[in-house]
Amino acid sequence: MTEADPAKTPALRLQGVRKNYGQVVAVAGVDLVVDEGEFFTLLGPSGSGKTTLLRLIAGFERPDAGRIELGGRDVTSVPPHLRDTNTVFQDYALFPHMSVADNIGYGLRVKGVAKPARERRVQRALQMVRLEGLGLRRPNQLSGGQRQRVALARAVVNEPEVLLLDEPLGALDLKLRQEMQIELKQIQKDVGITFVYVTHDQEEALTMSDRLAVLANGQIEQIGSPVDVYERPATEFVAGFIGISNVLTRDGVRFVVRPEKIRMLAEGEEADPGMTVELGRVEEVIYVGMNTRYVVHLDRGEQLVAVRQNMDALGDAQKFEGRPVRLAWTPDHTFVLE
Amino acid sequence: MTDRWSRIALRLWVALVLLFLFIPMAIIFLYAFNSSKIEAWPIEGLTLTWIKMTINDAEVVSALRLSVEVALTTTALALVLGSCAAFAIRRTAFFGRDAVNFLFVLPLALPGIITGVALHSFFGYGGILLSIWTIIVGHTTFCIVVVYNNVLARLRRTQGSLLEAAMDLGASGFQTFRDITLPLISTSIIAGAMLAFALSFDEIIVTTFTAGAQNTLPIWIFAQIRNGQRLPEVNVVVSFVILVTIIPVLIAARLTGGSGTSRVPAAR
Repeated sequence: MTEADPAKTPALRLQGVRKNYGQVVAVAGVDLVVDEGEFFTLLGPSGSGKTTLLRLIAGFERPDAGRIELGGRDVTSVPPHLRDTNTVFQDYALFPHMSVADNIGYGLRVKGVAKPARERRVQRALQMVRLEGLGLRRPNQLSGGQRQRVALARAVVNEPEVLLLDEPLGALDLKLRQEMQIELKQIQKDVGITFVYVTHDQEEALTMSDRLAVLANGQIEQIGSPVDVYERPATEFVAGFIGISNVLTRDGVRFVVRPEKIRMLAEGEEADPGMTVELGRVEEVIYVGMNTRYVVHLDRGEQLVAVRQNMDALGDAQKFEGRPVRLAWTPDHTFVLE
Repeated sequence: MTDRWSRIALRLWVALVLLFLFIPMAIIFLYAFNSSKIEAWPIEGLTLTWIKMTINDAEVVSALRLSVEVALTTTALALVLGSCAAFAIRRTAFFGRDAVNFLFVLPLALPGIITGVALHSFFGYGGILLSIWTIIVGHTTFCIVVVYNNVLARLRRTQGSLLEAAMDLGASGFQTFRDITLPLISTSIIAGAMLAFALSFDEIIVTTFTAGAQNTLPIWIFAQIRNGQRLPEVNVVVSFVILVTIIPVLIAARLTGGSGTSRVPAAR
C-alpha cells in the first residue's frame, strides 16, 4: 500500500499544484495520487498548507498552477457544486434552519433525487452514524459529537468520488475523539469511499490512515504508510513531527533513534551483542501514565529521550533522576537522515 | 437589608420612568374617547363621536391614504436598496468599503432638518416639483439604513462555511441563495421592513421640506395642533398613529431577538 497502483484510475491525482495568497506561498507544488477506496491523510502543522490543499480539491480555491483530477477527469477549473467531492467541515457547517434529515438529504435534493429514494438513503445514513430517530431534530438540539455525525452523514450519503474531511474531530474531547477515530475508519471501510483526511494530530494520522502525506511549508515531505513514515522518516522534519525523535551525529552520520527502541541497562546488565552503548546522566523523569520518559544527557553531548513501560510498581522511576545510566540500542533500529 | 431596599428603590424608579414615558400616550387614548371638547381633568364621560367624526373627515382620510402610500413605497425601495447594499458590503472587498458603509449609515444620524433642507434645495435647483415622489425619496434616504443595518448584522452572524457547504453539496449559486441565504436572513429583512414602515409613517421633519401641497398624517396633526382646531380629532388620529407605529416595531423586535432594533431613533 505504500505506492499507488498505476494500473487503476486513481480517485484523485494532483500534479504540480501551487497556490499563493499574495506573497505567501500556501501550497508550493504538490504531486499526489490517491487510490480508489483509500484512507489518505494530509498531516502537517498549522500553516503547512494542508487545509488549502483540501480546499483546492473541493474547488473552493483555484490553483495558480497545476492540475487536479478526480476519477481521471480534469476538474481544475470546475466549480465546487459540479465536483464529485463532499466535505466534512471543521465547524460542521450544518444548516441551522433545517432538520437533521433535511441537512443530510440536501445534497440529494439539489441533485433531483426523488423524495422516496431520498428518504430511504437519509434513513440509511442516519443508521450508519447511529442517529436513528433524531432526523426531525434541529442541529442546535444536538451534542457536539452528534453534530459531527450529521456532518459526516450529510457528506457520505452523496457517495462522492472523494470525501474530504477537514480536522473533523478537532472540536471533540479526547475520549469522544478516540471513539470517533475507530468509528470513522469502520464507516470508511463499510462504504468504500476514498477519504482524504486533514489533521495536525500525528497519532490520529497513524491510527486511521492507509497512507499519509506529511506536509511542511506547502510541500510534501514524505508519502507512505504509517509504518513507513514512523519507522523510516525521510527527513528530519518528519522524524521530529511524528513521535519523539532523538537525532545523533556519530562519525559524520546523522541518524534518529526512537525512544521506545532504547533500552536503559540495569546495573551490571550486559548489552546484547551488536548493540551500541552510550553513557549519560538522567536529567529528568516524566511520568506519562502508560509509560515514563527519561531525558538523558549523553556524555558525548547530545540529549536523548528513552521510554519505559510502567510495568514496575510506581515510584521506582523517580530514583533514576540525576543518576548515571547506560543506554543501548540496535543499529538496525536507527535510521540515517540524508 | 440594604440590598432589599435598594432593589425596591430601583423598581420604583423604573416604574416612574416608564410612567413618565407612557402616561402622555395613555392620556391621548383617553381623550380620544372624552365626551367633552375641552381637554380637562377629570374627563366628563366616554363617547365614540370623535372617532366617527374622524373617519368621516375627508382630509384625514386622504392624509392617511398618502401616509400609507408613502410608507409602503418607501419600505419597498428601502428593502431592495438596503439589502442589496448589505450584500455588496458583506460579500465584496473594495477600496473605500468602510467609507461607503459610513455613508450608508449617516442619513440616520443626521438631524432630519439637514436632510430636509438639503433635499428641498436639491429639488428646487433641479426644477423637480414637490410631490408624493419627493416625499418618498426623502424617507427612503434614512429607511434604507434600518434595512441595511438589520441585514448586514445578520449576514455578519451567518457562518461563511454554510454557503460553502451548500455549494459543496451541489447547490448552484441561485439554489444556495434560495435554500440557505434567504431563509437565514429572512427575519432580518422583515424586521427591517417593519421598522422602515414605522419610521416613514410617523416622519414629519423631512416630510415638511419635501411635501408639496399634500398632507401626510403627521403633517396634518401638526397643522391642527398649531391652529388649535379639531383637537379631539387629533387625539383620535394620534392614537391611531401610535398603534400603527408600535405594532411593527414590536414584531421587528421579536423577529430579531431585540438586536436589530437598537438603531430605531424614536426621536426622529
